[in-house]
Amino acid sequence: MIIALESAVRLAVWLLLAPLLPGVINKVKAWVAGRRGPPVLQLYFDLARLWRKSVVMSTLASPGFVAGPAIAWVALAGAAMLMPLGPAGGAISFKGDVLLLVYLLALARFCTAWAALETGSAFGGMGAAREVSFAVLSEVALITAVLALSVQTGNITLSEMLSLSVGSGAMLLAAGLFGVLLAENCRVPFDDPNTHLELTMVHEAMVLDHSGPPFAVILHGASIKLLLFAVLLSQVVLPVGKLSPLAGTATLAGAVLAVTVCVGLVESLTARMAFRRVPLILTASFLLCLFALLLALKGGA
Amino acid sequence: MNPPLEFALMSNGTSMAWADVPEWPIPELVLRTGAQLERGARLCAWFGVPEGGAVRVVALIAFDADNTLAVARSEPARGGYPSLTATHPQAHMFEREVWEQHGLEPRGHPWLKPVRRSAGMAPENGDFFRVDGREVHEVAVGPVHAGIIEPGHFRFQCAGEEVLHLEIALGYQHRGIEDAMVGGPRRATMSQVEVISGDATIGHATAYSSALEALAGADVPLRAQWLRAIALELERLANHTGDLGALANDVAFLPTASACGKVRGDFLNLTALICGNRFGRGLVRPGGCRHDLQPDRLSRLGERLGQALSEVEAAAGWLWDASSVRARFEDTGTIFAKQALDLGMVGPAARACGIVRDVRFDHPSGWYRLAQAPVAVWPGGDVFARTRVRSLELQRSGQFLREQLGAPVEGEIRQDVGPLRPDTLAVSMVEGWRGEICHVALTGADGGFRRYKIVDPSFHNWIGLALALRGEAISDFPICNKSMSLSYCGFDL
Repeated sequence: MIIALESAVRLAVWLLLAPLLPGVINKVKAWVAGRRGPPVLQLYFDLARLWRKSVVMSTLASPGFVAGPAIAWVALAGAAMLMPLGPAGGAISFKGDVLLLVYLLALARFCTAWAALETGSAFGGMGAAREVSFAVLSEVALITAVLALSVQTGNITLSEMLSLSVGSGAMLLAAGLFGVLLAENCRVPFDDPNTHLELTMVHEAMVLDHSGPPFAVILHGASIKLLLFAVLLSQVVLPVGKLSPLAGTATLAGAVLAVTVCVGLVESLTARMAFRRVPLILTASFLLCLFALLLALKGGA
Repeated sequence: MNPPLEFALMSNGTSMAWADVPEWPIPELVLRTGAQLERGARLCAWFGVPEGGAVRVVALIAFDADNTLAVARSEPARGGYPSLTATHPQAHMFEREVWEQHGLEPRGHPWLKPVRRSAGMAPENGDFFRVDGREVHEVAVGPVHAGIIEPGHFRFQCAGEEVLHLEIALGYQHRGIEDAMVGGPRRATMSQVEVISGDATIGHATAYSSALEALAGADVPLRAQWLRAIALELERLANHTGDLGALANDVAFLPTASACGKVRGDFLNLTALICGNRFGRGLVRPGGCRHDLQPDRLSRLGERLGQALSEVEAAAGWLWDASSVRARFEDTGTIFAKQALDLGMVGPAARACGIVRDVRFDHPSGWYRLAQAPVAVWPGGDVFARTRVRSLELQRSGQFLREQLGAPVEGEIRQDVGPLRPDTLAVSMVEGWRGEICHVALTGADGGFRRYKIVDPSFHNWIGLALALRGEAISDFPICNKSMSLSYCGFDL
């Protein structure tokens, strides 16, 4: 009973806090540009508005058009439940749960791409093709990072892997994972979440045809994913799990906020890069994770 | 270079009797025009004048190095004629337009299809060049776009992310301005001219007013010419600044995007300071200007101009200093100088290919006979070069404005324009911020317009955008498009 209650509270925290992150990023961007910017809670308002709207469906689309976003959202929420939160640990934790996390993220991507192809528009196809091509590289980097963590700690349970500091490889992993975070969450310099130019979109092109509640679910899922990566990145660098509950929670919250602000600063100060250069940066992220893995192997010996 | 005897010579902002324009059978006109283009002339306008059931074609060419224009016409013709495009591609859009407007078929034109297709089908339903192949896919964009921009249809033939071919179909904003001019000038005519392309109001209004003044043989007071030049340069500053910001925005580089968005408004407000309208509507009128610049407003204009210029200079500096921006701009959307020359491109897009081509320098009229800014040229032909040229023009127009504001001319600002001379042809060209704006007016026996031809710089340059995309990534289309910043409504008329 208590476990069920705790899980429900944890899920509610994830779902409620996630839309805050894009708001913070936009606030940072506005601040750098000297604008007032949209309210931090803007995404909550958007979600509420979209939820009240009706759905426009293409006559060509199969039920997958709506099922795709729904499954993706469930997969992302499930991944969030696996992710340990500092001293509190994970809601669900078992040996090898890290593999499930990686696969849930892949499932979410598959479903979004599937829904994008449903309407048969050129933009959906283009966006999906770009998304999955970039994913080939960012998933390799993510898996290498996971491997480095498990070699370092000699464990394949997330809560154990993240409770210890990785040591000398931590900064390498952090840099590599930050690149993966930007790519996976469609941020500058990989994608531009604010663009109106269909031809340059990655993630946005996939969801152009969605509207109403399914679109709200997509946006909310994306914010969960962003929070997930920010939490992962924070715990890789900081040994949050060893701190007292209060200090651990505060440290984790502060670190997530710092990551979010960094994303905002990157978006404010750099231009987006050309698609042909994206593999270079993602390969660099992979190499950083690979060196962390090598360090872990050496340290182990 | 010996003057070509087949053509009557004239200069910018002058008129000549219609009867004095040399007349040739149309195949001869095609041959002779082709021979002049071969010698380095440039086709400024090629249009039909209906006469009875037949059509006369008028050719207007420019010898930029000699600061001379030349004009000739054909005998009334029907049916068809051997195409000029087959040998000289810069005529391609003009011949399609004559075919669409008058049914005179250019035989041997490689890609004969309507230019605007106002009646009947929408432009996106026309025929498009198609590339076949298992890996090839077609992407159709527009006419409804995700941003607040003008409607146009773009059809890409792609292999993966690479564009093999782009075809652009316009005509959604065809308002029939040329037809509405016939029989004029009327009361509404001036307002119609000001919205040929709303962001080039001063340019088109000046071209129209000069044409009218040339037809009437009227002189414009010097102070009005001075004021027109100031307004034209302010228009250039505002638009170049806006596009610099838009280019930065398209590559998600926020510092310059935000700053330029604000400074563009400052420049527009300077135009509003002169005439009360941010786009300069109601300022330029035949015979002069309708608003004067009193000394107190002149000094305020100078102060605010200096402030805005230094801000845009800083914003452009951030753009050039960011390596992430240069990586996007360099070697993207390259137009080779040979292509630009063959297609008769004009304005900053041509100057970014290293071509010195500027009406203010080649065919000066009005105040530009007395004061000039250096022509901004940059080699390369890529997005970087086009952005660079526009940034250079910001500096040079700014300097020009500082000098002119420091030395105002006194006197009247408007004079009466008498009645227009009957059966007369007048040519007027202005270097708008996009390039050469060319107006050709022909009066009938009653002194009203018999034909009024408007050539917006976009009419020359859209094909350049299509060529710039060949072999490029489709995701680079927006920055190529924005670096040219062409007008849809100026093309559609």
